Amino acid sequence: MDIFLQQIINGLTTGSVYAIVALGYTMVYGVIQLINFAHGEVVMIGAMVAFTVITALVGAGLPLPPIVLVFAGVLTAVPVCMAIGYLLERVAYRPLRHAPRLAPLITAIGMSIILQHLALLIWGRDPRAFPQIMEVTSFNLGGAAISSVQIVIILLSVVMMGVLTWFVYRTRFGIAIRASAEDVRVAALMGVDANRVIAATFIIGAAMGAVAGVMYGTYYGIAHYTMGFTLGLKAFSAAVLGGIGNLAGAMLGGILLGLVEALGAGYIGDLTDLCQWPVFGGLLAERCEADGHVILLGSNYQDVFAFLVLILVLVFRPSGLLGERVAERA
Amino acid sequence: MTDLRKYAGMALIALALLALPLVLTSMGTAWVRITNLAILFVFLSLGLNIVVGMAGLLDLGYIAFYAVGAYVYALLASPHFGLHLPFWVILPIGALLAGLAGAVLGAPTLRLRGDYLAIVTLGFGEIVRILMNNLSAPFNITNGPKGITRIDGLNVAGMSFNSTDTLFGISFTGPAKYYYILLLLLLCVIAVNLRLQKSRIGRAWVAIREDELAAKSAGINTRNVKLLAFAMGASFGGIAGGMFAAMQGFVSPESFILQESVMVLAMVVLGGMGNVWGVIAGALLLSFVPEFLRYTVEPAQKMLFGRLLVEPEVLRMLIFGVALVLTMRFRPAGLWPEARHRREFGEKRA
Amino acid sequence: MSVLLEALSVGKRFGGVQALKDVSLTIRAQEIYGLIGPNGAGKTTFFNVLTGLYTRDSGDVLLAGAPLPLGSPHLVARAGIARTFQNIRLFGNMTALENVMVGRHVRTRIGMFGAILRTRSQREEEAAIRRRAEELLHYVGIAHRANDLARHLAYGDQRRLEIARALATEPKLLALDEPAAGMNATETGALRQLILGLRADGLTVLLIEHDVKLVMGLCDRVAVLDYGEKIAEDVPEVVQKDAKVIEAYLGGNVGDSST
Repeated sequence: MDIFLQQIINGLTTGSVYAIVALGYTMVYGVIQLINFAHGEVVMIGAMVAFTVITALVGAGLPLPPIVLVFAGVLTAVPVCMAIGYLLERVAYRPLRHAPRLAPLITAIGMSIILQHLALLIWGRDPRAFPQIMEVTSFNLGGAAISSVQIVIILLSVVMMGVLTWFVYRTRFGIAIRASAEDVRVAALMGVDANRVIAATFIIGAAMGAVAGVMYGTYYGIAHYTMGFTLGLKAFSAAVLGGIGNLAGAMLGGILLGLVEALGAGYIGDLTDLCQWPVFGGLLAERCEADGHVILLGSNYQDVFAFLVLILVLVFRPSGLLGERVAERA
Repeated sequence: MTDLRKYAGMALIALALLALPLVLTSMGTAWVRITNLAILFVFLSLGLNIVVGMAGLLDLGYIAFYAVGAYVYALLASPHFGLHLPFWVILPIGALLAGLAGAVLGAPTLRLRGDYLAIVTLGFGEIVRILMNNLSAPFNITNGPKGITRIDGLNVAGMSFNSTDTLFGISFTGPAKYYYILLLLLLCVIAVNLRLQKSRIGRAWVAIREDELAAKSAGINTRNVKLLAFAMGASFGGIAGGMFAAMQGFVSPESFILQESVMVLAMVVLGGMGNVWGVIAGALLLSFVPEFLRYTVEPAQKMLFGRLLVEPEVLRMLIFGVALVLTMRFRPAGLWPEARHRREFGEKRA
Repeated sequence: MSVLLEALSVGKRFGGVQALKDVSLTIRAQEIYGLIGPNGAGKTTFFNVLTGLYTRDSGDVLLAGAPLPLGSPHLVARAGIARTFQNIRLFGNMTALENVMVGRHVRTRIGMFGAILRTRSQREEEAAIRRRAEELLHYVGIAHRANDLARHLAYGDQRRLEIARALATEPKLLALDEPAAGMNATETGALRQLILGLRADGLTVLLIEHDVKLVMGLCDRVAVLDYGEKIAEDVPEVVQKDAKVIEAYLGGNVGDSST
């Protein structure tokens, strides 16, 4: 099996999910310059709701094809998440729009904690397994395997990105969103209803987040009440990598981060196998002979990559790949 | 006359604080331990107060510095590596390393907008947790999720803090002795906080919180001064972590998760950012929430529903989350605000 | 008179807009120097380049013969240029006295450990900072508001406080960005007296102002910017009669709103 190609495929899959979640962060940030810390939890709730619906339908024993089941799950999760997104904006952030910056940030982290623990109350501490409703078929692609789930995730993400781009660039409301991202006050003077635009960014982001949650959960086969935290952190890193506030940047950043992570996880073990380095090989000769490998950093460090990428971007190119400068404005 | 009354009041408080562990011991040693942990959290909150309250920098991974301090102590004073250095060597090392970690983390982010610091510190907390869990192979440094056990307790001038001693006919248990040393440390930390607040550096911190651009133009090297706040807060965390390790005799990654960072933040925010006394009150209040829940909510649920529907642990986090949100919404300057901070948050920005 | 500040072909571009084009000007010691121009002429840009808020793309600035550091406001303040802001920027929730004490930061040095240990030199320095701040509040005439929060001060007093904070950094050059904006005639008159007093006490003042009458009556020399270029620099009487200046003001925007 071709490890490189395989990791590329895996990276594209998770990267697509990161990109979709990152879009949620970047849209909100673009308009009101707030990191919506609770976005990751919205994604998690999307996965949880969909799983619950699917499991319930399977339990009911209806003779429905798997695709309908998944569809039903997504169709329930999306409105639930949209409602949560709207509530977040309305209840937690809108009242603080003119407060000092620290206030909405602290509220955001508070909302994140609340949502996470409400999910814990509802769905419990144990991971939820995705019900076995279909055979996952794998296809051979140049020596690597690509599963039907991966294909669906990648395609669906591309479609969602396409629709969002169309919406933002070709519709009246989309133009209002972009105008507000440039300057909320000027846009408001031009007759754009800032409240509606801001609420819309939350709702659209949450809807996409719900789909992303289902995709992510389906891909890994489980959903857990803490999954939103790590996923959110990674997606935010992706948004920063691409240039926060920039839609194309979020997409690019998500995909790149997915690739970095997959390739990193695929190769870091080999690269940090001390036995292959003569210096350590000599020092550790006994252990190398006994175990064959002394791996310094295994794939359990996969979650560290996103964070390292974040730090490196902030040090060397804080505006991200496609963004404008984000340093404190004069 | 008023001076006399003031001194009398202070003496009374001092006496009460000194007698507290003896009273608590009679209720059960567990209560002394709980009080000790509460003091430790006051300590942590005061450290975070420098960062969040005075300088206005949101640090969401504060507990990671506590972890650094705790693991430094654990590694240098336990059978794990066979090292048994005395505490007065280890605590400064822990503070230094934690401060260094803070500086390294803050350097790339502090010139950017505050939000980035929040997210980077959040990520840093995650990294430290992953490292604690995974640095057990191929070389066993942290012993992974199992943590490090049999950590040496404090030992001052031949007196061990882990056994009971009798002095003047009163017996002092181990936890009671820790209480006194923690109280002493806490007094130092309070003094440091108050002194910094009324100093050139403290004014620079507040100036940056108020208007960074104006602070720069008034001649403050904002990057360095922010870094100083960040490293200073981190080293407070390092010392608290060391005390925690010594007191518990055991550390594992479980004690240093995001929820703990959120708890410390909630203490600072609820009490009143920037106000030393408010922060202390907030920390004490929230420290006793879990105990309160354990003794009320748990039995109440069992009585009403016959089983535990909502674990106290979950309820505790919900309370912290709600406290953060409601405080920001309705009392942004906290329950006991610093006068000037109250005005800042009370009035909307133009 | 000796030259205090010399700007040599300073250029600054924002995207496609050349905000400053080879601006050169000379400010002599102890003069009151006015910088005027129609809206968007680049006055504030020049100000921000001078005080380190923007980095310049080309050119040099010399202060008392030494090159001015690029793009770091705190180093500019250390070098001896202090500024105020068009839209007053005080530390609103610090007292007036504390605001001025912050201005002393750059001329004092006791750090964290000194503060924690409250050493003798720390206490002495702290007392000196307070004393100087009180003097300055007295100097600008708002000593009676020392312990009020800056945001609670009246508008004119806030302007004075901002000047006091700037003076606390011991500047060679005091740069005032539209200090008379939003002031009534009485307040403007008082401001005028304050600026004249500063000069009498040996300070050099750079003034950006929209109020042409104030500038012409107060300044020793005036430079006029238009579309990022200096079109005139001379004593007010000459500048007022300059054809290019008249055209810039009458041919372009006559409006008198703020930039």
